[in-house]
Amino acid sequence: MRLVLKRQDDLLKKVEEISGENVFACYQCGKCSAGCPMSTEMDLLPNQVIRLLQLGANEQLLDCRTIWLCASCFTCTARCPKGVSLTRLMEGVRLVLLRTTKEDQVSPKEMEKEFLPQVALISALRKFTT
Amino acid sequence: MEIAYFPGCTLKTTARALETSALAVAKTLGIAIKELPSWTCCGTCYSLAEDDLIKQVAPIRTLARTANLGYSILTTLCSVCYNTLAQANLFVKAVPTRLEKINAFMEEEANYAGNVEVKHFLTLLQELGAEKVSEAVKRPLSGLKVACYYGCLLLRPQNVAIDDPEQPSILENIMKSIGAEPVFFPYQVECCGSYHTAVKPEIVARRAHLILENAIENGADIVVTSCPLCSFNLKERQKDIKRLYPGFKGLPVFYFTEVMAEAFGITKILKGI
Amino acid sequence: MRIGVFICHCGKNIAGVVDVKELVERASKLKDVVYATDYVYLCSEPGQKEIQEKIEELELTHVVIAACSPKMHATTFARAVKGVGLNPYLLEIANIREHCSWVHHDKPEIATEKAFRLIKAAVAKVRLAEPLEPIKVPLTRKVLVIGGGIAGIRTALDIANGGFEVYLVERTPSLGGHMAQLSETFPTLDCSACILTPLMVEAAHHKNIHVITYAEVKNIKGIIGNFKVTIEKKPRYVIPEKCTGCGDCMDVCPVIVPNEFDQGLGARKAIYVPFPQAVPLVYTLDLENCLNTQKLVVCEQCYKACGPRAINYLMEPQEIEIEVGAVVIATGFDLLPIENLKEYGGGKYPDVVTGLEFERLLSASGPTGGVVRRPSDGKIPKRVVFIQCAGSRDPEHGCPYCSKICCMYTAKQALLYKHVVPDGEAYVFFIDVRAAGKRYEEFVQRVMGEERIVYLRGKVSKVFQREDKLVVWGADTISGMAVEIEADMVVLAPAVVPSKGTADLAKLLKVSVDEFGFLSEVHPKLRPVESVSPGVYLAGAAQAPKDISETAAQASAAASKVLSLLSQKEATLEPIVAHVDKELCIGCGLCWKACPFKAITMVREEKREGKKRRRYAKVEEAVCQGCGVCMAICEKKAINVAGFTYDQLSAQVKALLEDE
Ligand SMILES: Cc1cc2nc3c(=O)[nH]c(=O)nc-3n(C[C@H](O)[C@H](O)[C@H](O)COP(=O)(O)OP(=O)(O)OC[C@H]3O[C@@H](n4cnc5c(N)ncnc54)[C@H](O)[C@@H]3O)c2cc1C
Ligand code: SF4
Ligand code: SF4
Repeated sequence: MRLVLKRQDDLLKKVEEISGENVFACYQCGKCSAGCPMSTEMDLLPNQVIRLLQLGANEQLLDCRTIWLCASCFTCTARCPKGVSLTRLMEGVRLVLLRTTKEDQVSPKEMEKEFLPQVALISALRKFTT
Repeated sequence: MEIAYFPGCTLKTTARALETSALAVAKTLGIAIKELPSWTCCGTCYSLAEDDLIKQVAPIRTLARTANLGYSILTTLCSVCYNTLAQANLFVKAVPTRLEKINAFMEEEANYAGNVEVKHFLTLLQELGAEKVSEAVKRPLSGLKVACYYGCLLLRPQNVAIDDPEQPSILENIMKSIGAEPVFFPYQVECCGSYHTAVKPEIVARRAHLILENAIENGADIVVTSCPLCSFNLKERQKDIKRLYPGFKGLPVFYFTEVMAEAFGITKILKGI
Repeated sequence: MRIGVFICHCGKNIAGVVDVKELVERASKLKDVVYATDYVYLCSEPGQKEIQEKIEELELTHVVIAACSPKMHATTFARAVKGVGLNPYLLEIANIREHCSWVHHDKPEIATEKAFRLIKAAVAKVRLAEPLEPIKVPLTRKVLVIGGGIAGIRTALDIANGGFEVYLVERTPSLGGHMAQLSETFPTLDCSACILTPLMVEAAHHKNIHVITYAEVKNIKGIIGNFKVTIEKKPRYVIPEKCTGCGDCMDVCPVIVPNEFDQGLGARKAIYVPFPQAVPLVYTLDLENCLNTQKLVVCEQCYKACGPRAINYLMEPQEIEIEVGAVVIATGFDLLPIENLKEYGGGKYPDVVTGLEFERLLSASGPTGGVVRRPSDGKIPKRVVFIQCAGSRDPEHGCPYCSKICCMYTAKQALLYKHVVPDGEAYVFFIDVRAAGKRYEEFVQRVMGEERIVYLRGKVSKVFQREDKLVVWGADTISGMAVEIEADMVVLAPAVVPSKGTADLAKLLKVSVDEFGFLSEVHPKLRPVESVSPGVYLAGAAQAPKDISETAAQASAAASKVLSLLSQKEATLEPIVAHVDKELCIGCGLCWKACPFKAITMVREEKREGKKRRRYAKVEEAVCQGCGVCMAICEKKAINVAGFTYDQLSAQVKALLEDE
């Protein structure tokens, strides 16, 4: 594995703009990943999402499953020593993808299978569709 | 003083039990809460985008209507609604132009000035005091071991937390005041998987399994929660858990208000536990 | 009047942004300026020479130097002009580095214009300057050292060995501070008590040192050279002169309470010495826990047991007044209460302990005799997790700074743990290992490489109890994995914070503190052990987190500052003090009320034939700090701070504001 670094901060800037967070405030301590309830399901650790933003490794980042597995539980935000809201950054990356690709991550049909509470339906639609 | 009450969609469907029991509890305790005459979806789940004000219109519309009816406090029972309304309230108050824009957009509503406080029903109970709650108890739930599950949205992010985000006690105190015995339960603040239940139920089943096992390990007879989504994930997903983990024995899950109503002698649902 | 203007390049620091040639040209046209020049480094030897030569050659009467902040080199340049006979108060410094080139580096034109205006203003001010002479006051050749940790002890010994009398005031019943609580010390693994106790004894027996323990400074008045100090000695209920330290009282005392010295992990009686090597070896009765109260004696066990009749239940607090010429503050540090670290179960789980608690468990003279036992059930922990930066480098917990000592003591503790529990496992969570001292990095490498202790790069997010284990959720960012460790014990390295009461003491001594409450030095490089209050010096961890080596070095540095002050004939004070114009003063007393240093008294004129005796303000020069509050409040412009008079300041402001 070798990543060729060059400045590529369009994604970074967009994500920062949407989230209102400073990606470079993160010093990569990993406390977010240590407590993330979804980390067992993820391909990238939450702190690595920020790391890839810092490095400008956009392809690797936009390819990952992690951002779609984040549950917006705010555990990372509550514990981050630097006051970075990774929850917001995750949303930023998701929104960039949703807005640019216009591809929904889930179809309402899929969700019809059982009688779900509205909060679940609406939240999922908000998080996973454009 | 009468307090405005925002039920939210789910309390009228899958979480009816939460509403019915809470209203009965409020009545018994003399907490005057009144449902808003007209309300819409709270706008869940709370939008985390700074650049997308339109997502804040739904919660702010509700707050504007609350203020317009002369209320200064709006209470909710659903943790998700609480979180969305409370965060939206802080978000628009933080930057005046945000509020201006939304007010301009909702031209059919009276302007919202940021003067409504969003309080979860649990906070109202806390303010009333454990003593008052105890006084209303007809059938103390002695010996009932309760795991109090908070989930995420009552405690995080910090600026809308109703209690200490790491070691909360508000539910425990209520359980104590109705004679039940709260058990120590470290997974009480762990996420249940939330809205993933709609898309990846197996993940939620794994999460719920961890949480319920932790409650069982610590001797709980039941779990209580205030969130219709958590409740769904912890209760309804037990079928999926049993499929994934055949050894899983199951654990009853209730809304905290259901348990209170039981102690107040209003209902009898805990038979056999 | 012949003014010379000297403009410094400061290498590229100033000249890289500001157009110095333009400054020279424009400055030379200012009123009364007979000479203007620029130079690459004015603070250098040749730079100072240049100034001196021009003063002599051109018979300059006033000098303006445009350079870095006067905080940096005011004394350097003052010395230079004084060297050729110019009164240093006829020198004015314009700060064109911090105020111009550094802050406006992206706007060179504006920086140049601002620099010129500052020079112009300095010229306007210096034109009205008067020569001033330093104020001399007699000097009390005694010193107060506050805090009896290693910093205070080292300072006291150095000053006492220099021949001056020292009062060493310690809050607790014994000297020693935190160092007395440590097991062994990095990087040499010396036994802490073995190096500290001899110094404690030496201090106690030194003919020039008065050790005053169980006491606090209540009040301080006066200024450099002459402080009047009130010390309150808390009642020990034991007469020190009679107590032989035999401990018969302790044996019979029925009350058992946790011992603070052991961080509550061991027990003591209500009458106690905190640890066997305590200095002075005098027992202390802690009335809060004693069965007796101030009014009612119900238990006389210790009184009866004490052979020399040293116990006195009726002892009262005692105030001592002393006079000293200098003060050293060495009040040390505390650890951030781990109750603040709720995600780690701090304060909730007994087996989540602080580094200091772990020191006591490792210490051969500790509550477990050096066998590491966990507090909950006394079992020997077989898997220990160490968490560094528990609150440090963590703005969300209020401590964005690095606590400096934790990397090293954690490595030490992991090593010592492995030595006493060879089959135990130790894991260390770190974000960075900072081991920049002499032989420190080698020490850490030894801990990793030879002791085979697993270092995980990442923070822990949560610690919780599962049966009798503590589950630790952490991250190892090197492998990119979240990890779980089922531990028997968790050791936190909490952030180092200033010791309790530092803020009050700082206020009392008019010393400033930084945003975290540590005492501030005047300049980190040029005056690292001096506080802003003249005659008050700083030593040890009260100024910033530091280890023993650094503490000892700083303590000796503070002592040397004190020694050079005390070896002078008299104390010299800045003449920047307020003067009252008796003719203008109407005796209203506004300044008297406003003066924060109580330097002003209202006096009456001598009796005058036929006329009413007027009231006017009088300034005690040795007390005045030249802050100028009086000047701002006086409606009659009757009070002026020398060197900063109304006329000077308004000329300066006018020059700044007017366009050419
Ligand atoms: C867990 C741990 C392990 C460590 N291990 C090592 C090690 O191995 N090697 C090493 O070099 N360093 C080590 N250190 C650092 C070491 O403890 C400090 O460098 C040292 O104690 C600093 O000394 P001090 O005198 O400045 O402060 P302190 O030791 O805190 O002493 C201050 C003294 O002042 C007294 N005091 C406070 N306020 C007042 C007041 N208002 N009036 C009167 N008295 C007052 C206190 O009671 C105390 O006696 C360790 C620190 C910790 C926490
Ligand atoms: S906890 Fe905060 S600082 Fe640490 S890696 Fe995560 S986002 Fe970065
Ligand atoms: S908000 Fe997302 S990334 Fe953060 S802890 Fe929760 S699931 Fe993990």
